[in-house]
Order: sequence, then structure tokens, then C-alpha cells
Amino acid sequence: MSHDANTGAAGKSGLNLGRILHSPLALPLIGLIVVSILMGFASDNFFSLGNIMNVLRQVSIVAILAVGMTFVILTGGIDLSVGAVMALVGTLSTGMMVNMGLPAPLALVAGIFIGLGIGLANGALVAWGKMPAIIVTLATMGMARGLGLIYSGGYPISGIPSWLSWFGVGRIGFLPVPVIIMFVIYAVAWVLLQRTAFGRHVYALGGNETAARLSGVKTQRVKLAVYGISGLTAALAAVILTGRLMSGQPNAGGGFELDAIAAVVLGGTAIAGGRGLILGTLIGAVLLGILNNGLNLMGINPYLQDVIKGAIILLAIYIGREWR
Amino acid sequence: MLELTAIRKSFGKIEVLHGVDLEVRAGEVHALLGENGAGKSTLMKILCGIIQPSAGTIRIEGQERHFADYDEAIAAGVGIVFQEFSLIPHLNAVENMFLARELRGRFGVLDRRAMRQRATEIMRQLAVDVDMDVPVNRLSVAEQQFVEIAKALSLNARILVLDEPTATLTPSEVEHLFKVMRELRKQGVAIVFISHHLEEIFEICDRITVLRDGEFVASCAVSDVDNDRLVEMMVGRRIENNFPPKPAADPAAPAIIEVEKVQLKKGGPVSGFTLRKGEILGFAGLVGSGRTETVLAMLGAWPAARCLVKMDGVEKRFSDPAEGLMHGIGLLPESRKEQGLITSFSILQNISLNNYGKYRQGHWFIDLKKELAATKAAMDQVRVKAQGPHARVDTLSGGNQQKVVIARWLNHDMRVLIFDEPTRGIDVGAKSEIYALMREFTAAGGSIIMVSSELPEVIGMSDRVCVFRSGGIVATVQGASINSEEIMTHATTGRVENVA
Repeated sequence: MSHDANTGAAGKSGLNLGRILHSPLALPLIGLIVVSILMGFASDNFFSLGNIMNVLRQVSIVAILAVGMTFVILTGGIDLSVGAVMALVGTLSTGMMVNMGLPAPLALVAGIFIGLGIGLANGALVAWGKMPAIIVTLATMGMARGLGLIYSGGYPISGIPSWLSWFGVGRIGFLPVPVIIMFVIYAVAWVLLQRTAFGRHVYALGGNETAARLSGVKTQRVKLAVYGISGLTAALAAVILTGRLMSGQPNAGGGFELDAIAAVVLGGTAIAGGRGLILGTLIGAVLLGILNNGLNLMGINPYLQDVIKGAIILLAIYIGREWR
Repeated sequence: MLELTAIRKSFGKIEVLHGVDLEVRAGEVHALLGENGAGKSTLMKILCGIIQPSAGTIRIEGQERHFADYDEAIAAGVGIVFQEFSLIPHLNAVENMFLARELRGRFGVLDRRAMRQRATEIMRQLAVDVDMDVPVNRLSVAEQQFVEIAKALSLNARILVLDEPTATLTPSEVEHLFKVMRELRKQGVAIVFISHHLEEIFEICDRITVLRDGEFVASCAVSDVDNDRLVEMMVGRRIENNFPPKPAADPAAPAIIEVEKVQLKKGGPVSGFTLRKGEILGFAGLVGSGRTETVLAMLGAWPAARCLVKMDGVEKRFSDPAEGLMHGIGLLPESRKEQGLITSFSILQNISLNNYGKYRQGHWFIDLKKELAATKAAMDQVRVKAQGPHARVDTLSGGNQQKVVIARWLNHDMRVLIFDEPTRGIDVGAKSEIYALMREFTAAGGSIIMVSSELPEVIGMSDRVCVFRSGGIVATVQGASINSEEIMTHATTGRVENVA
């Protein structure tokens, strides 16, 4: 039974076409199906299990960044720093392993706390500093990127234990490890948003912050938490990134924050906050990944790919605008 | 002048207007009456071309017209002042009046002088004096309304719709507005006037049209009806007494909240009040006299220069409404849509918004079954009329929305509720239900602070009344002294002590 915070629809009857069409997930799902079918025609290889797993593995990093971004956007905020934070965390934790000789697990955990810390700092600046999120996170994005470059001197840091590649390219059965991590993070996020008071307060903040505050919701703490979550998911993405690249790359993740935002919005979350579902974000991220993958399989010029993706995002948002 | 005939309107399968007629003559003030949800706003939106009728005709000066959008209606001489103003807050009166149709001089540069001159002319025609150099958000609500009216007139409106213009005005501002309306009437403008204040209808209107549930009920001269008859036409049943009886005053009732000293602004007046157990304490005064700010300051939601609060004799300092909630103080804010409700949320989500402590499951999670059961119980208690707990609150009428906010707080075990304008924009039937709920709450030992601009409400509901003027309390009256003369005298002439 669905009590999704943004639909408010009671879930008694089972399959009901009207209700499905009015779900905020309808449009992202339709988009996903249409694009998949098109890609299936364009490439015989597309629907193979191998390729599907490949797509999921490729989207996992952006999809994980998009989880934190969903929390932030649902409150009506935005976090531009996620790509840079991910690169910084990757650089610092590999640095701790290679330069400081810290055991790898400890370095990873330290990196995760650094990501969480930066996120909380963003949140504190937005909540108590009363500064616009877009400016705060733009500034911390620059700072995080700069700190990573200073620390590494601009060069990748390599020489980390080889078992770390398990996070990037490992498998359990036929499932790639990053995909499993991604699904676990989405499951946790779903529970947080749909089954806890905190989740409802996230939606309430985006729906009407004044009303939420006047009725006794601790709005500043909610803000602190969502940016903290965003920093945390950026750091978790950094673990996968490190495993995939087998090095700390201070320049990695450039523009990933925009992909994450695109995934959230393609997934049907309102950019002004208050409405949206975490499952939509997953669909949005996969949709982006399929586009990337399919356009690659078709051998389309990578520069042109960006133009096509941009056009598709515009189209999707335009249709979504009419839909609601 | 204006004739709407057999107007019907359906949204999807649901018809909301079932063939409504409205005839307004030049040089008259015509009241459009009906409870919330009767179809007044829909009808006015049709008149203004914002939505299209499903059937029926619009005639202006005998000519049949079809408006595809608002601009076409404006061109035909229809002007409307909405409940929510459409002014741009940071622009001044002149800029607002000529927004998007600025007069241009040579080289396409704005002709400020010509615009200003035209604006001054119109203001003179209205016989009002509005500062045209400051951004409109620094004007009073009434002045902003005059700017809206002036804007409509600058478009040569001959039919002017005023949608609840008096809801947010003080009595003297209302008087001023009526003067302006009479002036316009003299100039032959046809005015459609929407208001929930029946005494205003008798004061200013010539004829009335009453709607009920989307049906046309009657149209007649104001002189043909009296107050009771009007209410009866609107609600279809007689409401004998709006207010539940007041219980006998209990002088021994303990003080729950003592605000010894509250000073809203540095250098402003310092005042205080006491809220006793089981009473309704009315906060009366003109709009802007500091009533709302005082209750918000008490809860830490408004930055007062100082505010000393004692609860049960213990000094407290609230920095956030969340702390008020922990101490059993709840606020029902002035503006339901902007401050009270998450409009994109369902009834259930709005009611349980600040109350998840009540249905926890394994400490962290929401027990959805308990939440649903508690919501249903709360909805029954306040008699919310809706499809179910999952209906979105923005589909409800004003009265039902307010009941949802009340239910949110009754769902807690609150000791003190602050009702800020509890019945603004709410129809007669829902009003008396809300009054009854308030009395139920105090009868059970709760205490209420009620901020209200409606004098009859203050008089009918309050056990004691604090009268505000210019940022402070100038008098506290009780018993037989709670009457309109006494309160208005204090509110308009009371002295406040300024302390540096």
C-alpha cells in the first residue's frame, strides 16, 4: 500500500490505470521504457544481461550522488558541491593510505566522515547562516576542488591495495558490487523518506517551510541533516570511484553534480521541493545512463551526445510540467 | 451593464456552477454572496476570462462577449482586485499601475512623468493619497488595495470586481474603501463586491445576488432583506446563534502563561498579559497594532526586543515554535495557506506533521496504521468534510482547511492554543463549528489566545480581552466591558507607554 508523501493517494485498489498514470513515477517510467525500446532497436546487444549490468554499474556513482541530491532538492535546496566533495574524499582517503600509511579500511571510513563533515558544514551555513544553498554549495564546491588539487599537487595518487578494486569492479554472483551498494543506499533512503518523521519533515520543508516551522518542525536541523546526507552519499560514491579508478583523482567527478541534479529532476522531483520520490531518482539516473550507453553503442559523436541529452532533459521537464 | 446568464462550469465530471445568473447595473454596488465553495470565485474567474464557462452567455452593455483570456476581459472594461494582490512588492505604485504597458517617450525610454501624472489623476479621482515613491510593500494593505483599484481604473474598467477587499482591512480603512467605492459608483462604475461581513453589505451595497452550492438562489435589492434573511439564503438554514455560551468567569483559575514584559521594538511600548486556565483571551486591536507579533514573540518566532515569559510560574525562553510545542503551546497562524498548511500534503500528513512522537514503531519509524487511525479520529472530532484522510488539503474549502489545522493541534495534548484570525475567509456554518471546538477545548481545561480583527467574534468568544494599539496592550477588559464601544475606544485612542 502506498503512502508516498507526495501523492497522498490512498492505496486500496490494485491495478488501476488512472492511478498509475497519475503517479509521479509514471512519466519517468514511460520515458525509461520508451528509451529502452528505442535503444533495443538501435543495438542488438542492448537487452543482454551483460549490457544491463554494465549500464547499472556505470550509473551507480551518479545515482548515489543523486540520493543525497534528492533529499536536498526535496527541501527546496540544491547541492552543487557533490562532485567536488566526491573527488576530494577520494583523493584524501587514497592519500591517507599511500602517504600516511593508514590501513585502507580506516582511510575509507575517515574519508566518509570528511564527506559527511563537509555536508554538515554546508547544512549549517544554509540553516543558521541563512545563505542561499546555491551560493553556499558553489563556494564549497570550489573549495573542495581546490583543496584536493593542493593536497595532491594535481596528480593522481596511486598505489592503493588491490582489493579496493572490489568496490569498483567486483561482483557478487552476476551483480556488480557498486550496483549492490547503490540498491542498498536507495533502500535506506526510501525508508528514511517514507517511513520516518524526518522524511515527512523533508517534504514539509519543501512544501511550505514557514508552515512547517510555525507548527513546530525543527527546520534548521532538517536542513543540516539533508546536506549532511548529501555529503555522506558523495563520500560513499567516492569509495566506488576509488575502486574503479584504483587511484585518487583530484579532477574526477567534474560536472557530476549536474548529472545528479538531472537524474533527480528527470525522476519527477519538483526542483522547488516538496514533491518527488526516491524511486523516481533511481529511474532518472538509469534513464541518463541508458542514454549514455545507447548513444555510445550507436557510435554517436560524444560532443553531440551532450546536446542530445540536454534536449531530452528539456523535453522531459516540459512534458512533466503539463502532466501534473 | 453586465449580464451573466445561465452560466455553467464543470471541472471534469463535476459541475460546480449549475446555471447562475448575475446582472449588475452601471453605478451600483452589487454584492455577490455565498458561503465558501458557493461558486463566487469561479463565477468571477469566468467573468475575467481566466477560465471558460461550459455553457451560458456573458453580455456587456447588451453585447455578447467571449473572453479567451484575462487580457480580453480587461480590454472589454472588466477589472478585478483579487483577494491575493497581484502587485510586485518592490516596485512603487506608479510602476505597478503601468506594469507591462509602460508609457514610452522618445527612443522607447520610459516616460516617467506621463505615467506619474496619469497615476496622480487616477488617485485624485479616487480621492486617496498614496505615497507613490515607496515600494508598495511599504504601503498598508488598504493602500495597496487602492493601488490595485487605481490600476484597474487606469485600464478604463467600467466593471470592477472586488474579491473580499475588506478581509484584511481595519475599520477605518474599510470606511475609506467605502468612500472610494461610493465615488466610483457616482462615476457610473458597476462594482461587484464580495464579502463575508454582512454588515458591510447593508452599508455599501445596492443590490445582492446570492449563490449556494453553485446554484443561483436569489437576486434582489438590499432593502428587501435583513441580516437573518441573508444568512438564511446563504446557508439554506437558519443559524440562531453563532457563539456558544460563555461559561461563568472563574477568578480562582490559575495562570498558565504570564508574559510580564514584552517589547516588540527597541524603544517601543512594554506591556504584559496573563493567560488563565480554561479561558479564551481575546487580542483585539487594529491591523498592525502588534497582536500577531506579540504571540509570535512569545513563541520565539518573531525577534522582539525583549519578551519575558513565565509558564506555571517558571521562567521560560522559547527560541523556536518547536520549543513551544514541547511545552504544550500550539499556534494556528494567521494565514492558512502560507503559514498553516503544507498545501501539497494530504490531510493525514498535515495533521501528523508535528506529531510523529505519537505513533512510533521501533523508535525510528512511523506506525502507519496508528497514524491513520489517529488521523481519522481527529478528523471526526473536528468534522472535516473531505473524501478521506488522503485527500490533498488544497482541494478543501477554507473552513475545512482551518479544521485540519485545528485537528493537528487537538491531536496533541496541548495546554494552550493560539488562534490567529481563526475564522478569516470562512463561511458562516464552519465558523460556528470552529467556535464550538474552541469552547470544547477550554471546557476541557485548555486555554486559548485568540487574535481577531472581527469585533463580533472578539466580543462573542472572549472571556477577557487585551486591546492593542501601536505595538502594546493599552487595556484589558472583561465581563460587561467587553463591548464594541469600549474595545474600539481603547483600540483607537488608548495610550501606550513608551520606554527607551
